[in-house]
Amino acid sequence: MHEHLNFPILSVIIFLPVMGALLVTMLSNRRPEWVKLCAVLVSVGNGAMSFWLMASFKTGNDDFQFVSQHDWISAWGISWHLGVDGISLFLVVLTGILFPLVILATDPHHDQKRYFAWMLLLEAGVMGSFLSLDLVLFFLFFEIVLVPMYFLIGGWGYDNRVYAATKFFLFTMFGSAFMLVGIVATAALARRDVGYLTFDLVVLAEQASFATNTGRWLFFSFAIAFAVKVPLFPFHTWLPDAHTQAPTGGSVILAGVMLKLGTYGFLRFGLYLFPEAAVWARPLFLTLATIGIVYGAIAATMQTDLKRLVAYSSVAHLGFIVLGTFAMTSQAITGGVMQMINHGVSTGALFLLVGMIYERRHTREISQLRGIQKVAPIFAAAFTVVMLSSIGVPGLNGFVGEFLVLIGSFQTARWWTIIATTGVILAALYLLWAYQRVFHGEPDESNATFAELKAREGLVLLVFIGIIGFTGLYPKPMLERIEPSVDRLIEHVVLHTDFETPAVIEAEK
Amino acid sequence: MLDNAWLIPALPLAGFVIILVFGRRIGEPKAGVLATLMTAFSFLVTVGVFFSLLSRAHEDRHHVVTLFSWIPVGSLNIDMAFLVDPLSVTMALFITGIGALIHLYAIGYMHGDPKFSKFFMYLNLFIFSMLILVLGENLLVTFLGWEGVGACSYFLISFWHTRDSAATAGKKAFITNRVGDWGVMVAMFMAFSAVGTLSYSGINEAAESGALAAVTATGIALMLFVGACGKSAQLPLYLWLPDAMEGPTPVSALIHAATMVTSGVFLLTRINPVLHVSYDWVMTTIAVVGAATALFAATVAVAQTDIKKVLAYSTVSQLGFMFLAIGSGAYVAAIFHMVTHAFFKALLFLGSGAVIHGMHHEQDMRRMGALRKVMPITAMTFIVGWLAIAGVPPFAGFWSKDEILLYVYANNRGLYLVGVVTALLTAYYMTRQVIMVFYGEARWHDHSQEHGAHGDSVPRESPWIMLTPLVVLAGLAIGGGFMQLPFSSKTHFLGHWLEPVIEIGERDIKGTWAYDNKYLLLLTAVVVACLGIAGALMVYVKKKVPVFEPTILADGWKYDSSVSRLMGGPGRTVFSGVAQFDAGVVDGAVNGVAKIIASTSSALRKVQTGFLRFYAAILGIGVVVMLAWFLMRGVL
Repeated sequence: MHEHLNFPILSVIIFLPVMGALLVTMLSNRRPEWVKLCAVLVSVGNGAMSFWLMASFKTGNDDFQFVSQHDWISAWGISWHLGVDGISLFLVVLTGILFPLVILATDPHHDQKRYFAWMLLLEAGVMGSFLSLDLVLFFLFFEIVLVPMYFLIGGWGYDNRVYAATKFFLFTMFGSAFMLVGIVATAALARRDVGYLTFDLVVLAEQASFATNTGRWLFFSFAIAFAVKVPLFPFHTWLPDAHTQAPTGGSVILAGVMLKLGTYGFLRFGLYLFPEAAVWARPLFLTLATIGIVYGAIAATMQTDLKRLVAYSSVAHLGFIVLGTFAMTSQAITGGVMQMINHGVSTGALFLLVGMIYERRHTREISQLRGIQKVAPIFAAAFTVVMLSSIGVPGLNGFVGEFLVLIGSFQTARWWTIIATTGVILAALYLLWAYQRVFHGEPDESNATFAELKAREGLVLLVFIGIIGFTGLYPKPMLERIEPSVDRLIEHVVLHTDFETPAVIEAEK
Repeated sequence: MLDNAWLIPALPLAGFVIILVFGRRIGEPKAGVLATLMTAFSFLVTVGVFFSLLSRAHEDRHHVVTLFSWIPVGSLNIDMAFLVDPLSVTMALFITGIGALIHLYAIGYMHGDPKFSKFFMYLNLFIFSMLILVLGENLLVTFLGWEGVGACSYFLISFWHTRDSAATAGKKAFITNRVGDWGVMVAMFMAFSAVGTLSYSGINEAAESGALAAVTATGIALMLFVGACGKSAQLPLYLWLPDAMEGPTPVSALIHAATMVTSGVFLLTRINPVLHVSYDWVMTTIAVVGAATALFAATVAVAQTDIKKVLAYSTVSQLGFMFLAIGSGAYVAAIFHMVTHAFFKALLFLGSGAVIHGMHHEQDMRRMGALRKVMPITAMTFIVGWLAIAGVPPFAGFWSKDEILLYVYANNRGLYLVGVVTALLTAYYMTRQVIMVFYGEARWHDHSQEHGAHGDSVPRESPWIMLTPLVVLAGLAIGGGFMQLPFSSKTHFLGHWLEPVIEIGERDIKGTWAYDNKYLLLLTAVVVACLGIAGALMVYVKKKVPVFEPTILADGWKYDSSVSRLMGGPGRTVFSGVAQFDAGVVDGAVNGVAKIIASTSSALRKVQTGFLRFYAAILGIGVVVMLAWFLMRGVL
């Protein structure tokens, strides 16, 4: 099918960072600059691979591409099955872009080697999760990701890091436990339909059919894991703590790509494996998503810690993705996938900016900051662009995803959407209010010496701003790669349930 | 020529980009000159487009320029496309024309400001956004401009951001506008789900052909009206506009005259076929909100002492007139008044800026007076603006206001009465302003002595670069009315020009009592204007009537402060309640469970060492139990 089949690019994308991590640990402690150089090179190399993947991805094709399939533990039906489609493609690219930027932009204050090794392992885990098409393989990567993040928060975080790291670990483990049960049960129960024991996602989704109640139980065992990861209200309270206590690099990755494991999981495993249950559970998830959008935004407004504010804004932004996912229209889910990328870029950049503020002022308390725009106008300008993207101003990336989610959701989930749309008012409220307190006004003594953006910081932010602008004005290249796979997923749902897409419009009646 | 219409927004955009990149190197005054030229060139292109549109047959005056496919997903296809038709060209003409004059003026006004280049960068972006708004071929391109002007107004109102009041005003403008934007977004969702497109021609055709159900049309119209109330500062969302005075005066002129506030009127005119097929009470609602806003703001303007605040409330009031017109089905009159208002309001704002500039940043009218002697040209042009807004013939405002009142009378006599009272108040408070600023005794002398008189604290006339725009605008405020004279259908130039756009929605009042007696109504309007002026003369010149400026009016009926108190009080309580709920209840529940586990585990620690091992054990047992249960269910 592909001329690239002879080169296992997906496996390389996963293993390159692992090799990098090993290499970093073997380097001498006395040459810290080599450690960083090595980490940068490996992550840039992986980023280049993901770009190459994007360039050779066949637009308009809705199937999995660059598939790599090998028997692994054949006795249990577990295989090394990787593949990428429109839904996962840009998540891979996002991961490929974010890691080098984060590694470039942030320096750990101690123990460089371990920090970068964990970072690279994290990249491998995230890539593996997005590329796996085997349930057990996915679960392994999904769990592996926790370990580096746990150590990054616990090792390089702020004052309350141990509490935050433990909370993060336990929450996610709690969800994963259910998923593990679900995975095993799914394969075991599907054996009758499939004829043999397999954990292969595509085989299970296309061939297995579960009794209604069984399917729903299984769906929920997955859904809890993903809901915690997203995080969906009311499972979100690990997030503000983890974000606030994590080092800047950790926060960027956590918000940028790790939360998407949850929303991606809903699409890839929830809707695809258990369409009937997903359709049945729509009202529940639409409601939780809408609550998350409004509740997260309100909670964000009242935060006194800038980083916590951004963390709560994530709860709201991710709510849009879940809303779109369970609205199940072409625009809504495509918009949701866009929003995954856009949130990764905008919130990633916001966390970097907050990190830069902390580096300079050693505080994240909004009340301690004031008048920064006067002393650092370029820094303020960069913050403004990222903030407007996060608010969802059209012309910038954030709008495209949010708008598509909402206009798509309105077709099948009218009232939820009308309430969710108030999120755009609240987003302006919490961000502009925070901006005013931090950047406007006359700087007091401690803020008067706030340093202007440095060249390295500026370059990293320029990449983010470039993506923000380009995606906002010309999202078509992304949309036309995402949409076919989304449509295929929706067809799959429609085929297996009584769910109908709103194809009939009033004007045609 | 029509295919070059993309140049109209592209030129100010180019100005923005050039100043963004090279602004510091270009500096003052070159950045200002560049920005002015870009807007002026854009105006010239618009004129070219206007004439080539004019040379076409009446029904062919509709041209779409598609740049690229913007957001295509499934059945949703949104192009980055511009619609060149009489309405958008009319808008673009005065946006770029008046915009260029304001740019020119700002070169003088912003002289010496350390952020001179940045100011012009924002100004060009503002013009660009506004042009995108009016030229948009579909609701989403319009929305791009719509939000763009929102963001630009935020930057410009809080331009002097070290002042807390300016920072707050900018934020307030953006957030209040976002409330309206919610409406526009929901309207777009409805339009897409009903018609399957967001393009104006698609939506309007569906309305004309009857494919759009009345109930859906009503929903779309109402939601767009919510958006219009935000941008065009109608009750209850007008709150941001008076505060927007915190920006430099050229910004006020730009927001109030050429851009931003006109967008709501434009948008409703654009979708007039939808309004036409929606339930009747929608139009009534629009008319009532417009009339209420007009009257409300006029009463507030009566008691303001800040020279710009008077003008701000007068803008709100005049916009109310335009909505009253739309609600009465008088789209031509609404656009007519929008254009003449753009002339005289830009003139008045720039004039007030010249006064403020000449008075060394004094805005309180109680410290002015007799300024006509020291700033004769400013005074003369301001007086032209005053006569135009007061509705004195033959100045521009008289004709447009009269046309609105004619339609309102034909539609609803109660609202006509409100309109007449508002017109009376308008003439009154504007006369008051002119007297307080330019006539009477000079109250600024005392003021300068109080602070130890300096030679340069005496008011002075502004430089020519600021006066030229005033003179040009004064000319337009005098003659602008001639684009639509009521005498015969041959003098309805604007009406003919706009006809292809508004023919569905425009109400035909021929045969009504009002139409047959239009000269009587004309006469009434003159009398009303004279009464208002005479009243103000009695109070402020002859002093035969005591001054009537109650605090409740000066405080804007305490509406703004009530809303602030609501937001700051109960609103804030609810918000912090949610935040505390999250920290206490949701997270507390989680931590409670964790504590229970922790205490159990410390008990268990004697048996099993270490927390994680315990956890793994629980995990294992859980898996086995649940697996067994699932398997049994599967078998059964």
